Amino acid sequence: MDAKVDTPVTEKAKLSVRNLNFYYGGFHALKNINMDIPEGKVTAFIGPSGCGKSTLLRTFNRMFELYPEQRAEGQILLDGENILESKEDISLIRAKVGMVFQKPTPFPMSIYDNIAFGVKLFERLSRAEMDERIEWALKKAALWNEVKDKLDQSGSGLSGGQQQRLCIARGIAIKPEVLLLDEPCSALDPISTGKIEELIHELKSDYTVAIVTHNMQQAARCSDYTAYMYLGDLIEFGPTEELFMKPKRKDTEDYITGRFG
Amino acid sequence: MTDKHLSTQFDTELSSISTRVLEMGGLVESQVAQAVLALTSFSAEQANAVLELEEKVNAMEIEIDRDLQTIIARRQPTARDLRLLIAVSKSTGNLERVGDEAARIARTVQRLINAGVSSRLRLPMSDLGYEAELATAQLRKVLDAFARLDVERALEVLKHDDEIDKEFEGLMRKLITYMMEDPRTISSSIDLVFVAKAIERVGDHAKNLAEVIIYIVKGTDVRHNKPEAVETMVR
Repeated sequence: MDAKVDTPVTEKAKLSVRNLNFYYGGFHALKNINMDIPEGKVTAFIGPSGCGKSTLLRTFNRMFELYPEQRAEGQILLDGENILESKEDISLIRAKVGMVFQKPTPFPMSIYDNIAFGVKLFERLSRAEMDERIEWALKKAALWNEVKDKLDQSGSGLSGGQQQRLCIARGIAIKPEVLLLDEPCSALDPISTGKIEELIHELKSDYTVAIVTHNMQQAARCSDYTAYMYLGDLIEFGPTEELFMKPKRKDTEDYITGRFG
Repeated sequence: MTDKHLSTQFDTELSSISTRVLEMGGLVESQVAQAVLALTSFSAEQANAVLELEEKVNAMEIEIDRDLQTIIARRQPTARDLRLLIAVSKSTGNLERVGDEAARIARTVQRLINAGVSSRLRLPMSDLGYEAELATAQLRKVLDAFARLDVERALEVLKHDDEIDKEFEGLMRKLITYMMEDPRTISSSIDLVFVAKAIERVGDHAKNLAEVIIYIVKGTDVRHNKPEAVETMVR
């Protein structure tokens, strides 16, 4: 691999992106991206609308394959193995790399089944084991105390913030290695946002987290590393304190200080 | 690429606070100049003028710091905006203390005059005047550098700080000699030691402001480093 990586991370790289180009039909949406996502840390992606951050996130679990006109070229290495060319069943990749979307998407089933659904696809657990797994996931997502007495009630009956935490619980129940969060708090009020940010902080001890956010302060609060993207290019990537105190590129500084031309 | 924020309000707030720091700088600069004049010409009038400005300087410090807090709370500044605001906070502190030193000099002059100390008494007033010139030049240079965020000028200020320290040491030796030769000069000589020290501290505050300018522009904290080391850090 001769790809030049601007700021190699000091930790082990969980995901390595090499010479990644992405196309929506004829539109070149991601331009030669090279970066490492460090293991056990939170990496935030910031940038104006259309910069490619969600596109990039969705390559990490090959979400784009649902759409025929979208294609990726290059390499995305998960623990050294290129997932773009993997012969492995795509659902197994998605079991390792989970995703939570901007709008909470609980399944139209009970809270219990919301979480059990995914687990059942990959594991055969006894009722007792499943109960345990669900309790574990809901506790991790800081939702257990609020729902433990109503697990058989519909997931859609929960508040926005609770639904989002349910989606996170659902995501971690299958024990992925990486969690992708695409603007997880955009639809939530400040208190729910705060709870999820706390949760993200706890999750990183067990998972590698990548989060796309429009909210720069959230990126500054939550992440260990931040990537700034613009029009499909990765402009700058580095430790969050450095990027927000003394960014290397003027473009980055202009964006984060609110100097939009 | 532009230097203006999307929020014109924010731009206005930042430039307004920078302007006020410079105003405060101008005010203490004139305080120091008047204090030195009071000293070298034994003028009670000049000394009073210095003390009259004290309240205004202190009020400015409080006002600027208050506005600073508001900007930080409301705008969540980052990168160079944040560094500028942190620097403003340090600058007001340093400038207020320069004002204090000027007031200290003025009070000493008043005390000397009230004690009937004659200007004919053999004291190294011109040496003090020279030390004061060095210090006020440093202060003027650094305020100029702040206005233009000029790192080169700031570096010059750092390099020249040594000169004031040497002058102060020379003055100390002279005053000790005078005290040994003529015990009648002891009381006023000690007062003048404090004055010389106050002037030396004005120079120190100018040096601190130079370090602050480098921090704003380069994002590097160069405090507690020798001038040669700072030059390396900055280039």
